Amino acid sequence: MERNQMRRQLALMRQSFFDQGFLDEQFIQLEELQDDANPNFVEEVVTLYYRDSSRLILNIDQALERNPLDFNKLDNYMHQFKGSSTSIGAKKVKAECTQFREYCKAGNSEGCMRTFQQLKKEYAILKRKLEAFFQQARQAGPLETACRSRN
Amino acid sequence: MNQSNCKGSMSTASSSTNWKANDVVPDQFPAGLRVLVVDDDPTCLVILEKMLRTCLYEVTKCNRAEVALSMLRENKNGFDIVISDVHMPDMDGFKLLEHIGLEMDLPVIMMSADDGKQVVMKGVTHGACDYLIKPVRIEALKNIWQHVVRKKKNEWKDLEQSGSVEEGDRQPKLSEDVDYSSSANEGNWKNSKKRKDEEEETEERDDTSTLKKPRVVWSVELHQQFVAAVNQLGIDKAVPKKILELMNVPGLTRENVASHLQKYRLYLRRLSGVSQHQGMNNSFMSPQDATFGAMSSLNGLDLQTLSVTGQLPAQSLATLQAAGLGRSTTKSGIPMPLVDQRNLFSFENPKLRFGEGQQQQMSSNKPMNLLHGIPTTMEPKQLASLHQSAQSIGSMNMQVNTHGGQGSSLLMQMAQPQSRGQILNESTSSHGPRLPSSIGQPIMTNGIAGGVIGRNGIGDNSRGTGYNQVPPSSSMLSFPMNHTTELAGNSFPLGSSPGISNATSKGPFQEEGNSEMKGSAGFISSYDIFNDLNQHQHKSHDWELQNVGLHFDASQNANPIQGNLDVSPSVLVHQGYSSSQRSGQNRNASAVGRAMFSGVECVEQGNMQNFSPHLNNLLVDNSIRVKAETIPDANSQTTLFTEHFGQDDLMSALLKQQQGGIGTAETDFDLDGYSMDNIPV
Repeated sequence: MERNQMRRQLALMRQSFFDQGFLDEQFIQLEELQDDANPNFVEEVVTLYYRDSSRLILNIDQALERNPLDFNKLDNYMHQFKGSSTSIGAKKVKAECTQFREYCKAGNSEGCMRTFQQLKKEYAILKRKLEAFFQQARQAGPLETACRSRN
Repeated sequence: MNQSNCKGSMSTASSSTNWKANDVVPDQFPAGLRVLVVDDDPTCLVILEKMLRTCLYEVTKCNRAEVALSMLRENKNGFDIVISDVHMPDMDGFKLLEHIGLEMDLPVIMMSADDGKQVVMKGVTHGACDYLIKPVRIEALKNIWQHVVRKKKNEWKDLEQSGSVEEGDRQPKLSEDVDYSSSANEGNWKNSKKRKDEEEETEERDDTSTLKKPRVVWSVELHQQFVAAVNQLGIDKAVPKKILELMNVPGLTRENVASHLQKYRLYLRRLSGVSQHQGMNNSFMSPQDATFGAMSSLNGLDLQTLSVTGQLPAQSLATLQAAGLGRSTTKSGIPMPLVDQRNLFSFENPKLRFGEGQQQQMSSNKPMNLLHGIPTTMEPKQLASLHQSAQSIGSMNMQVNTHGGQGSSLLMQMAQPQSRGQILNESTSSHGPRLPSSIGQPIMTNGIAGGVIGRNGIGDNSRGTGYNQVPPSSSMLSFPMNHTTELAGNSFPLGSSPGISNATSKGPFQEEGNSEMKGSAGFISSYDIFNDLNQHQHKSHDWELQNVGLHFDASQNANPIQGNLDVSPSVLVHQGYSSSQRSGQNRNASAVGRAMFSGVECVEQGNMQNFSPHLNNLLVDNSIRVKAETIPDANSQTTLFTEHFGQDDLMSALLKQQQGGIGTAETDFDLDGYSMDNIPV
């Protein structure tokens, strides 16, 4: 029972991610890739994403401290960051990335910095949510993780 | 297919090992497709890998382009397809794409989060066979196997037709390589641009694809049979159907004959129209005038070609022509199938195209192009006679200059005094692969026009005797004349250098008034190929090939200018020009070329009257040799040209010469026929 309940909760949690715009379709693609051979695929990928992107965030932070800003470089970093975020379906983070790049193109330092702060916030929020999600999924039982539970 | 030809040959999956493009694909296919995925983003890489595995492909992932390249190099046949990201820190994705296309000729799919039109366009022009927008969905990956099949199919076809491996086919990208278009457009046939030249690439590929059609390898014998049939029927009455009947060769289709005839006609026209070097194209066309006059700068030729190909405004061409030869620029509608090829030569000699195509970038002016130029150098009169049916095989391909220039520019190197077969320099070696394929094929059909024009050769020669030939292939022409053109890329002058041949032949011939040229015209085309090949290979030989075809001096300067042409002019055509590179050699080349032409002429149309018997012999001899030597790949090409000459003697002589003279065209050429594989990346 508890398990079922947990699973139900998990499903709800998952659904909220989509409803609230934290995740998009791409996440489902990842879920579909998960199978018996890779039962924790999604979690692995997300973990990898966070690890790799934290490096990028650091680089961008440093670059934003320069004066004047090197928009080209910033844009490059952001392009990479956006690519990763897109691949796991981090919708809000991706939106911030796009915004950031717009400001870069416009040469708007203020806009860039502001957007980046926002981006980091979204990034952190998503990270927390997903960590909770995976933890619960593990508890609920490997076969019943979000995958396949398409709503 | 596997074939040996394609590097990428892939034997997909275990079961597929040799499935030919047009054959049945192994049952398991596409399972087991060996994919190499390159992306610096680890997250994406892992996701892609998983997706591909789900599609049952064999995946190898790599996060650095350099590593990927070395993996590919180490194991050339280890992968079937490559998927690469555009933005990577250590190497630009497009650059990797080019490298792969050049070296391995594998289909490459680009991906990026960037979906801007420019970027996608860049992918297309660089030869990517597909472009995926990130995030990539698994559905998009499920179908990537089609690119593998398609490529193989094309390669196989090319092989079949040209007998040479066409690496470049590549993909739509392939091709690339030839920078015809670009050069043509710019008026400078130098195809030094490599694949980078987007334009070229696009065109190249286009050409290739357009040209793809089952090709028949026109061996010397076959060509001779063809010419005999044509002569028997009378050039006016020679219709493909009848020719086919007369030839009575099993497996030969009317279509094959028709396209060959077209080329032959161009060749003849070119021979007669050689006189105009500038207008090379025109000159070829009008047999009567063959005023080779000074080929003056290939540019003229180029123009023709260009114009013909539609790239240059007709006017300019006309001007060129007028300037050059004062011939009637009849651009007689050179059929130039080559036009497709982007060949600059487009000018009339479809034949030339062949040469060029075949040669594909003769980076070095391989003597191959000898024939290319042949047609051109012929003096007006001669051309007229040659005209008879000789399709001006663009010949002259003197390709001479294979500079490393990218083949695409069909430089009509012929321009140089010796109508060097224009070497279609496929632009950029990168295109090499591409071109070859395209060229190879079309050669017969398109005569890779001009592209091949050995730029190199021609450029230089111009100094000398004026190219007369400014091969119709215009593209080529420009080269020789200027000599400078790097003929890089040796555009395949093979055969295609019809222009060159014209151009080149003109040069030297004009002085000699060789009627011989006509004969050589025929050769030229064939040599062009060689030239191209050579050119492709030898940069230094730029001129070699050019003259080869063309200079058949009646006197037969057998001595290969470059030393290659020991054989009578035919071979030398290329050699003559090979004055390697433009300098100095030109003179020789021209002489040789002249000899060649004369030889050629004689053989060809029977005009040989001028030729000394010796020459004929040489030619005959050459022809044989040529074949042998011409690079294995080129073989197909050379044969094509040799065929043109129809004149048994001529061809053989030329061939032989080429082979012998060229001093191993084979080595030079490496080209597989058309493939410019050798183009170093």
